[in-house]
Amino acid sequence: MPNGFDEMHDLDGAVRPHYQVFDHWLQSTPEAQIARKRREAEIAFHRVGITFSVYGEDSGNERLIPFDLVPRIVPAGEWRMLEAGLRQRVHALNLFLDDVYGEQRILREGIVPRELVLNNSAYRLEMRGIRVPGGTWSHISGIDLVRAGDGAYYVLEDNLRVPSGVSYMLENRRMMARLTPELFNRQQIAPVERYPDALLEILREAAPGGIDNPVVAVLTPGSANSAYFEHAFLAQQMGVELVEGADLFVRDSSVYARTTRGPQRVHVIYRRINDEYLDPSVFRPDSLLGVPGLFDAYRAGRVALANAPGTGVGDDKSVYPYVPEMIRFYLSEDPILHNVPTYQLRREDDLRYTLDHLAELVVKEVHGAGGYGMLVGPASTKAEIEEFRQRILARPDNYIAQPTLSLSTCPTFVESGLAPRHIDLRPYILCGRRIHVIPGGLTRVALREGSLVVNSSQGGGTKDTWVLEGGA
Amino acid sequence: MLCRTANDLYWASRHMERAENTARLIDVTLRMALLPERYDRGKAEAAPWRRALDALGIADTVRERYGIIDGDTVLKHLLLAADNPSSVYSCLRAAREAARAQRVAITAEMYEDLNASWLEMRGNSWARIHGDGISNLLEWIKSRSASFRGVTIGTLGRGEGYHFLQLGAFIERADWAIRLLDIAGSQHNGDAQESQDAADYFRWSALLQSLSAFETYRRLYRESVSAQNVAELMLLQESNPRSLLTCTHTLHNVLQTLAGGEAMEAVRRAGALSAQSRYARIDEVLGNGLEAWLQDAMTRLTGLGEEIHRQFMVSTDIAQTAQAQSQSAA
Repeated sequence: MPNGFDEMHDLDGAVRPHYQVFDHWLQSTPEAQIARKRREAEIAFHRVGITFSVYGEDSGNERLIPFDLVPRIVPAGEWRMLEAGLRQRVHALNLFLDDVYGEQRILREGIVPRELVLNNSAYRLEMRGIRVPGGTWSHISGIDLVRAGDGAYYVLEDNLRVPSGVSYMLENRRMMARLTPELFNRQQIAPVERYPDALLEILREAAPGGIDNPVVAVLTPGSANSAYFEHAFLAQQMGVELVEGADLFVRDSSVYARTTRGPQRVHVIYRRINDEYLDPSVFRPDSLLGVPGLFDAYRAGRVALANAPGTGVGDDKSVYPYVPEMIRFYLSEDPILHNVPTYQLRREDDLRYTLDHLAELVVKEVHGAGGYGMLVGPASTKAEIEEFRQRILARPDNYIAQPTLSLSTCPTFVESGLAPRHIDLRPYILCGRRIHVIPGGLTRVALREGSLVVNSSQGGGTKDTWVLEGGA
Repeated sequence: MLCRTANDLYWASRHMERAENTARLIDVTLRMALLPERYDRGKAEAAPWRRALDALGIADTVRERYGIIDGDTVLKHLLLAADNPSSVYSCLRAAREAARAQRVAITAEMYEDLNASWLEMRGNSWARIHGDGISNLLEWIKSRSASFRGVTIGTLGRGEGYHFLQLGAFIERADWAIRLLDIAGSQHNGDAQESQDAADYFRWSALLQSLSAFETYRRLYRESVSAQNVAELMLLQESNPRSLLTCTHTLHNVLQTLAGGEAMEAVRRAGALSAQSRYARIDEVLGNGLEAWLQDAMTRLTGLGEEIHRQFMVSTDIAQTAQAQSQSAA
């Protein structure tokens, strides 16, 4: 495995220019003071209750996602490229969604295989022919980026369903501003604090036509959900109601909230529950989380859902290899951000190659998420590889494979002091009348030495992400 | 505000108030259990504890569950039993869960306060309580309730949420004003006049002390502790923060604010209940029979609680559906 790209140091071990202010602070701050700040961060996160609960654990045992004091810093020039690339990619993905549920030009022209889309379990037949306002399907997107050994960024995956984690982006920034205010004075760090405001703006823009002052609500599965903190946090930051399915009802194709002053119309729902659970009368009938009749109201144009149902077909791993083609097809532009080279095991050649090189590759389920159901070849035993081989052979079309990227590393506080740990980056993109790319994102870090899995459910931590303004 | 939010806030503060009053009930019962047998018929058979359970209407439940009623079983049931929805343990859990579900509607400090109470209560055990002494736990419970009340008053904006927290706390407190007076009044004294006077003094002062109202009593009456004065203090005195009058008066005010000038049945009921305490005379109340008066007040209070629920916590669409169903069934 090639050595990872070190975000802070160049090959000679010298501190990169955009990390110099931070490095100076690190060298000139006594160790005891840094230890105190790290403790302070932990206590503060516990107190505020920024925790996520793990399924199956007692409700009193919400866990804290570890926060690391060393930020990921992105120089201005690099961010300009990333921002343009993210804007382009999310724009194309929205056009793709609008197309596959509408005219299906991209399928007719054979750019994306028809069966890959139409037989995809994330493709919602119910959405066929529906025109969404402004053609925006994915209002809130999170695009996972990694930086490989050569220093180039790659898109690891797109998240167009209900991407989470943005509350950590905001809380991590608040924490850094509190712990190291001097660093914000010594350099220009782009603010991320406007996120809730921009989110409210695009949600209001999504409202059905003719509504002057739309009522927005955040729909949560409830306080047992692992991301409940984030749902509550966003509702609070936007100043809108946080509702559960049972708080809403549908009458005459309109959605109402059950309030102390009687039924109140709701025009826009930022739903944080999956498609299948939205409306038991259309999707999963056993869902207790949704609202019967919601889909009917949505189809009648009486309520907006963000994101639209059916966006999952845009971030499916089997569709992912075609995103660069989508960009060329819809925008007639060259993709700015690159995909990780991907083998599609439904293709015979790719399958053969993958089976011969399992020990070097990462194999993922096409519908998997959260770091579950994947094989990291170089980190697996022979027995694990053989077991996975059988799973692939049983259903090749259920898998894709990619070369094992050596994710870039960033110095991180661990028990023995500062040590390099692998990181990724999830910027958030909001689509309304305009596309807002928030300058920053959630940096996740794999705290175990050598580990490439950054998911919080697998013991990952987070860092603040600083986008520098001005300069290269 | 969502009906569910109003309901959760109402019950969060109601449960904290219930925990506090349960501690006060245990306190008065412990004090009464100190009285020698000749002052209190049936003391050997744990009469004070049975009376405490009777006041809550759960004597039968406890007897069925534990086989006997004695000090330890009652304490365990009221303090620690996870399957008793009104135990202090269950109250702190329910208050914390409601607050967690409504983090958006309350302040971070309020949630942190309830969370801390629950986490500490969860770590309690009968052995530890016994080791530290029951009194310490009772003091702790009262201080946790005071802390939540203080954080609420000091940090939460005066909006609907605040009003529903107030409603829950004062409905619960009014309920206990009636119950606590009822137990102290239902004790059977020994026969001799001398022991009767001593017992009277003892039980009424125990009640005052458990309600932290002894000083108020002394200031207002400047005379020996009597049943008539204690009943007046508990029911009709506005200067007592736990009296039925104070509670119902507050409920009436809060409901008027919530109604915002609209005619509302809950306002009418609270007003009537408040007027009943404001304009009653204690000699008339006792002359016509205290027990009947308390019974009547309790019935009206329960009715008010149901009306608040119907008005604010059940959506009209559900109420209409239920009505339609009951009509078609009939």
